[in-house]
Amino acid sequence: MPGLDNALGLHEAALRVRAQRMETLSSNLANADTPNYKARDIDFKAVLSDYQSNSVPASALKTTHANHLQQSGGVMGATLQYRNPIQPSIDGNTVDTQVEKGKFMENALQYQATLQFIDGRIRTLRKAIRGE
Amino acid sequence: MSMFKVFDVAGSAMSAQSLRLNVTASNMANANSVSSSEGETYRARQPVFAAMLEQANGGQQANVGVQVKGIVESQAPLQRQFNPNHPMANEEGYVFMPNVNVVEEMANMISASRSYQSNVEVINTAKQLMMKTLTMGQ
Repeated sequence: MPGLDNALGLHEAALRVRAQRMETLSSNLANADTPNYKARDIDFKAVLSDYQSNSVPASALKTTHANHLQQSGGVMGATLQYRNPIQPSIDGNTVDTQVEKGKFMENALQYQATLQFIDGRIRTLRKAIRGE
Repeated sequence: MSMFKVFDVAGSAMSAQSLRLNVTASNMANANSVSSSEGETYRARQPVFAAMLEQANGGQQANVGVQVKGIVESQAPLQRQFNPNHPMANEEGYVFMPNVNVVEEMANMISASRSYQSNVEVINTAKQLMMKTLTMGQ
């Protein structure tokens, strides 16, 4: 078994990305009537594979000394991408409220799923500790 | 925790949309406020929304709220009505009607209330998720 600090595995990082994605999608919904606002989103798959390959993200801090702390994981550097609008409007706004609402609900469900995975891990650990 | 920002973002959108509703209400209320000169006549007002972009993170900021840049008055021509019996009529017998388009204002009102509702939903969902996060592992 790996160390206790990564007992939750991928899910801890996934939860952070989900929370960040929720912020982005809520910004899209908030700016549904703002002229020239461009809808943005996080590509979860790309962030995840970035994290798994453990490559240093583009936004990572530069280290000039061997003792400098390394930024762990690629989650902090989740890059925002612009959405391709289905119905671009004349005021330059690319938010499609229905699409954003759907994505927001989807993300909320996935957030809850991740929470449940973490819950399961915690329960397993607790069982192991108590020896039941 | 950064998820608190969701409340800021959705809250800013709700206040912007309620201001839009307010402006619509004042336009509708004054749709028939006649006057005797062009300068005194009520003109339709519209709020201008803008995204609160913080450039600190190279445009990679996840949370972007809404701000109201200001309120502009419509420059559409006023309606002039010939009504010499009206107490507000000028020497030539004309009264000036505001350039409020009631149909447009109704559509605006529906759009604003829908946007407000979707932001309320966002806040509710975020609240639920946070409550579940708080009870994680119990």
